[in-house]
Amino acid sequence: MEYMLEMNHIDKRFPGVQALSDVTLKVKPGEVHVLLGENGAGKSTLVKILAGVYRKDAGEIILGGQKVDYSSTNDASKLGISMIYQELNMIPDLTVAENIFINREHLKGWPKHIDWEKMNSEAAKALKKLNANISPTQKARRLTTAQKQMVEIARAISADSRIIIMDEPTASLTEKEIGELFRQIRLLSEENVSIIYISHRLNEVKEIGDRVTVLRDGQYIGTRDIKEADTDDLIQMMVGREITQFFPKCVAKKGKEALRVENLSRKNVLHDISFSVHEGEVLGFSGLIGSGRTELMRAIYGADGDVSGRVYVDGKEAKVSSPKLAVQNGIAFLTEDRKNLGAILSFPIYQNITLASMDQFSRNSVIDHQAERSRSEELFSMFNIKAPSIDTVTRSLSGGNQQKVLLARWFCRDAKIIILDEPTRGIDVGSKVEIYEFINELAGQGKAIIMVSSDLPEVLAMSDRIAVMREGRLTGILDREEATQEKIMKLATLG
Amino acid sequence: MEKTQGFDYKTFIEKYGALAILALCMIVLTIISPYFLTALNLKTIAIQTAVIAIIAIGQTFVIITGGIDLSVGANLALSNILTASMMTSGVPLWICLVTALAFSAAFGYVNGLAITKMRVPPFIVTLGTMSIARGITLVITNGTPISRLPEALSWFGRGEIVGLPVPVLIFIVAAIIFNWVLNHTLFGRYTYAVGSNMEATRLSGIDTGRTVRMVYLVSGLLAGLAGIVLMGRLGLAHPTAGADYNMNSVAAAVIGGTSLTGGVGNIFGTMIGALIMGVLDNGFVLLGLSSFYQEIAIGFVVIMAVYLDLLQQTKLRERR
Ligand SMILES: Nc1ncnc2c1ncn2[C@@H]1O[C@H](COP(=O)(O)OP(=O)(O)OP(=O)(O)O)[C@@H](O)[C@H]1O
Ligand SMILES: [Mg+2]
Repeated sequence: MEYMLEMNHIDKRFPGVQALSDVTLKVKPGEVHVLLGENGAGKSTLVKILAGVYRKDAGEIILGGQKVDYSSTNDASKLGISMIYQELNMIPDLTVAENIFINREHLKGWPKHIDWEKMNSEAAKALKKLNANISPTQKARRLTTAQKQMVEIARAISADSRIIIMDEPTASLTEKEIGELFRQIRLLSEENVSIIYISHRLNEVKEIGDRVTVLRDGQYIGTRDIKEADTDDLIQMMVGREITQFFPKCVAKKGKEALRVENLSRKNVLHDISFSVHEGEVLGFSGLIGSGRTELMRAIYGADGDVSGRVYVDGKEAKVSSPKLAVQNGIAFLTEDRKNLGAILSFPIYQNITLASMDQFSRNSVIDHQAERSRSEELFSMFNIKAPSIDTVTRSLSGGNQQKVLLARWFCRDAKIIILDEPTRGIDVGSKVEIYEFINELAGQGKAIIMVSSDLPEVLAMSDRIAVMREGRLTGILDREEATQEKIMKLATLG
Repeated sequence: MEKTQGFDYKTFIEKYGALAILALCMIVLTIISPYFLTALNLKTIAIQTAVIAIIAIGQTFVIITGGIDLSVGANLALSNILTASMMTSGVPLWICLVTALAFSAAFGYVNGLAITKMRVPPFIVTLGTMSIARGITLVITNGTPISRLPEALSWFGRGEIVGLPVPVLIFIVAAIIFNWVLNHTLFGRYTYAVGSNMEATRLSGIDTGRTVRMVYLVSGLLAGLAGIVLMGRLGLAHPTAGADYNMNSVAAAVIGGTSLTGGVGNIFGTMIGALIMGVLDNGFVLLGLSSFYQEIAIGFVVIMAVYLDLLQQTKLRERR
């Protein structure tokens, strides 16, 4: 048997969209098979069909030489297929261990009841394998996006699967966790488990992948051996054109101080943080997971209550005790967790774009629908959002396109100080360049930009200065000229 | 990306499913009883539906935010008793009516305060205030109704303007106004946003607490308005009035397509839901069955309506 899995002639249509047409995917036993494609190309749809989330309209699935037909995630996991979803799905009020063993809890005794000890210790083992410092008895609600990601990975690994699908597993991980993940992936492939791996980070694709299949607009473009394909070819296959400059950085004119933070602290999370950002400047934030970058941004934005310290906007102290006040003070905040904290999935695209700026589209609290829609149309095409129209419900967009909708939301707000937490999370190579150009444009207009990113090359290339955090402390700020990967990693790990 | 034309069954059923059920009920009753489809009977149905329909408008707002207001019936009763005692002690009618509305709105606002400031879940808060208000009402009245209300009050329950009963007019006007509020104001937009994803809404710089408080205020206000209509119709204020309005207003909203998980619902659907209940009620009377059967029927209908909604929701969730 040459292939562990064959998906042949797969078609899938959603109302208004042909998401896949005549797509082929052939995966060998024990290989890491990468799926590449632009946002909305159909990658998630294809693997969700494999995982039993969607039914295919046409085509066949051959697993281990046998034709199979199933229609639920349960059936798929019985066949040994498990999946880490792009939009993490965890039950917030259950513990980490419960989430890991959901639907396959360890039971004992009569009447059957949950064997907590066994479950917690097994979960701890799985997490330990990943070198993840997460307690199995912790509630999932309290985890950061990256920690949730690690828990999802632990769940897939502990399920004894033949095929593990990872839909953008590294989108919110930093180098260190990615290293752990890759180590696990190599161990799995030695045990002959096949991995289907989706990512927009091409350098890691080269590092971990064996073969790659490229999709574009729901069509199968081709499959290559990774060793033989060079990055430019892959991009050409994905985007249909060449990209010459990946990080089009323009250094804008630095203006006066826009935001200053003094002695910001939050119990056990942030310790005495002070820094400032100027107009026209992009301040990058680097650090490992759990270093407190997201927490710092939330504190500046007034999202959490128990914060001490001062925030100055345009030289004047601003009492930013709620997001509402932050927005009124001209601060915008793109969150890293787009599903839970960002998008209103049941809203049409245009209402998500305008949500934070309704004051611009209303008079005396009455909505001016025409103004709202026409501005949304503009941003919809400006951000190149792939969807039938601005009335499409946001839930049905691909992950990267949801991210673009949220970027459009804050672009619409036209704030002076823009905090972007992982702005290119889940965004394809071509669109990334577009987003960098937006950042340049914003800086050129004299906005102050804070960009948190786990993607080191991105931070290095796009920032004017780079702040590095470790364990809730600001360990250093590097100038663009002096910053290197090594210096950042040193500040991030040793302080 | 290519677009499909053609007929989308699902949105059709979502939008007009309740309407189809209403039509079906009416057709069946027309066949069974020759009396059903007469002008007089239809008018009776409309009048009887008015009170519950008015309350259900407010309940729709509340359920869209993912909450529930179990105190509307007790709110109505307490408001009625207070204003009725004012009336019998000679306070001018219009002052009494304004007081009724203001009191009920404030009652609702207090619910909202407890929910947003103390962070007690809506179900518990309104269950508690329901019990408190009902208790106060019984203490004040000792369980006896207040009668001999001013003659002018009966206009709200039995009056007519160019052949249209006043209660029906009130509920139509309220439906139009609040439908407009829901679809064309910031408050309406934020109501949907809060119900779909509270935290994302808050992080977009919106005062979600205020939105929730206003929603409960609206619910209270409409309970007060419904109370005025009820007093006008009965000519007295009854301390146990409205006991079944909580259930029935939730039922009307849910049958009309409002989702208990929040974020989904509209006033038109709720009005159809209320009419379905009114028609069922009437049908039971025409068939000579005790109104007790209706309670049994409503129980089933509500469970089925929520079940259908959940099916819909699970499908959505599976699609992530
Ligand atoms: N549940 C759905 N209902 C309607 N359309 C959908 C649904 N899911 C996906 N689509 C559409 O199908 C197409 C493919 O989406 P898919 O999520 O597979 O893209 P993707 O390749 O995973 O993109 P990304 O890199 O942004 O995650 C998109 O146009 C998307 O809008
Ligand atoms: Mg995807």
